[in-house]
Amino acid sequence: MSAPATRQTRPRRSWTLVTGCVLAGLIVAVGLLSLAWVPYAPDDTSGGRLMPPGLPHLLGTDKLGRDLLTQLMIGARIALESGVGAVAIGAVLGVPLGLAAGFASRWLDDLVAALLDILIAFPTLLLAMLVVAARSASLGSAVIAIGLAMTAVVARLTRVLVKRVLTQDYITAARTSGTSWPRVITGHVLPNIWGTLAVNLALQFGLAVLAEASLSFLGLGAPPPNESWGRMLQEAQATVLTAPTGAIAPGVLLVVLVVGVNMIADGLRDTLDPTRRRSR
Amino acid sequence: MTTYILRRLAFLVLSLLMASVVLFLLLRLLPGDPANALLSVGASPEQIAAARHQIGSDRPLPDQFVQWLHQLATFHLGDSFVSSLPVGPEIASRLNVTVPLTLLSFLLSLVIALPVGFVAAHRSRTWYGSLLSGISQLGIAVPVFWVGMILITFFALRLGWLPAGGFPQDGWSDPGAAADSLVLPVITVALVMSASLIRYVRSATLDVLGSDYLRTARALGSSFTGAMWRHGLRNGAAPVISILGIELATTLLGAVVVETVFALPGLGSLLSQAVAQHDYPTIQGVLFVSTFAVLVIGFLADLVQRLIDPRLRGRLSGGAR
Repeated sequence: MSAPATRQTRPRRSWTLVTGCVLAGLIVAVGLLSLAWVPYAPDDTSGGRLMPPGLPHLLGTDKLGRDLLTQLMIGARIALESGVGAVAIGAVLGVPLGLAAGFASRWLDDLVAALLDILIAFPTLLLAMLVVAARSASLGSAVIAIGLAMTAVVARLTRVLVKRVLTQDYITAARTSGTSWPRVITGHVLPNIWGTLAVNLALQFGLAVLAEASLSFLGLGAPPPNESWGRMLQEAQATVLTAPTGAIAPGVLLVVLVVGVNMIADGLRDTLDPTRRRSR
Repeated sequence: MTTYILRRLAFLVLSLLMASVVLFLLLRLLPGDPANALLSVGASPEQIAAARHQIGSDRPLPDQFVQWLHQLATFHLGDSFVSSLPVGPEIASRLNVTVPLTLLSFLLSLVIALPVGFVAAHRSRTWYGSLLSGISQLGIAVPVFWVGMILITFFALRLGWLPAGGFPQDGWSDPGAAADSLVLPVITVALVMSASLIRYVRSATLDVLGSDYLRTARALGSSFTGAMWRHGLRNGAAPVISILGIELATTLLGAVVVETVFALPGLGSLLSQAVAQHDYPTIQGVLFVSTFAVLVIGFLADLVQRLIDPRLRGRLSGGAR
């Protein structure tokens, strides 16, 4: 194994990491719980319109009489699904593409790099709207679009990381001692780039959740009755003065999830790379 | 430098060409016939064929592509499926809202982020230094449309200081009313944009503060302000400027979403409408104009960066983006 990847330091306890895990874990728990149990059916409109928090509806109801707590719990699941789905697409397509570009000959690499630059210049949200325009407004369309946009970012990062690792002496040493390229990739390249990749994928997760919320706010995300937080906010905008809970709660949960995941990313970076502990 | 500008310009043209290919192919290859948008449900096969002929989607792809390039070159972006009006002038009139919104938000976010980022780095060990970086951490996690909703609730609905949304029918003919309706949207976008910018400024400042050249300058007798002004600014500016191009592009996107919150007749609301109505010529036009803007911004950012940082002049594109 190469020296930098097998640094023998015990991961220090990072309060950022712990706090991040608690915040994100809270949302994950709620999302998982919603699979097994929600207080009301998501399309149950029997509750009376715009009820304030209390009993029997703990957080009140929306303008159609649907239970707010139920919707928030389902929204947690949708937010997590969109984040996980988009990151999975981005990583599965982006990492191999970046690896290939990093190893490719000069002109092929330049070509891929230029293509990626153009794709990245193509803003995520616009690309997503394009996909939604061609397909239909659904969670699947939104996640595919966000994942595809993320692919370019992940591929470019992977390419840069691979090129940096390939200039290292331990790669030359491994090659000189007869290690095959596949072994070099699994034994030396991947172990040295996965940390940075993981941190960035975590940051991308937060961006994906926000992008999905923006899309559903514009009416281009998951259709009713299983609505995402973005759409809940859009629907609550008109009644923000009479029923503030519906306009506040989904936003707060969004922030909790994204802050949590970002803190996990920061904490991971600090734990994996002690040289950066001071600089951020 | 001239060689560089020429090469970078060639790259820009190539990018634009590729962007138009990507845009063209994505709309054609994704399932769903654009002709459907012209028809109601249950149209006869003859009607479908007529609609396909009308918009040209029955012709071979290369033909369609040449036509699309011709349209782009002559700035005739086609007619909207919905209103049958030409797309170009519609986009141009929407830019009257989106361009001021984007530029003003961008400027305001700079005005907020530069001093705050500097203080957050310079005073990173004090409580307010930490507080500032904490707030910027929070800021990048807040959805921009939610900030808009909250600002509307307080400053428009509760206090009644500013309009909650909308834009004067006659545009900028009453500059005061038009400006009033842009105040809250600009603050909304600027607040969210400055959060990520603060992080870059802070990190660039931290690098400068820890650098050997600054210590040397101080050891040779420069005052802190003098050394920062003479050496720190130029070194610290390079990475920040490389980000600014991307920030400006992101600001444009933030504007797209915020226009919906404030019911502003800009590019963003045009795009959302067009997407909902499957109005392909409009979608294509808006996306091309915004991609064009983003690529040109990237080009300018690269040029400025080269001017400031001679070390980069050997490379074609992008610094530490």
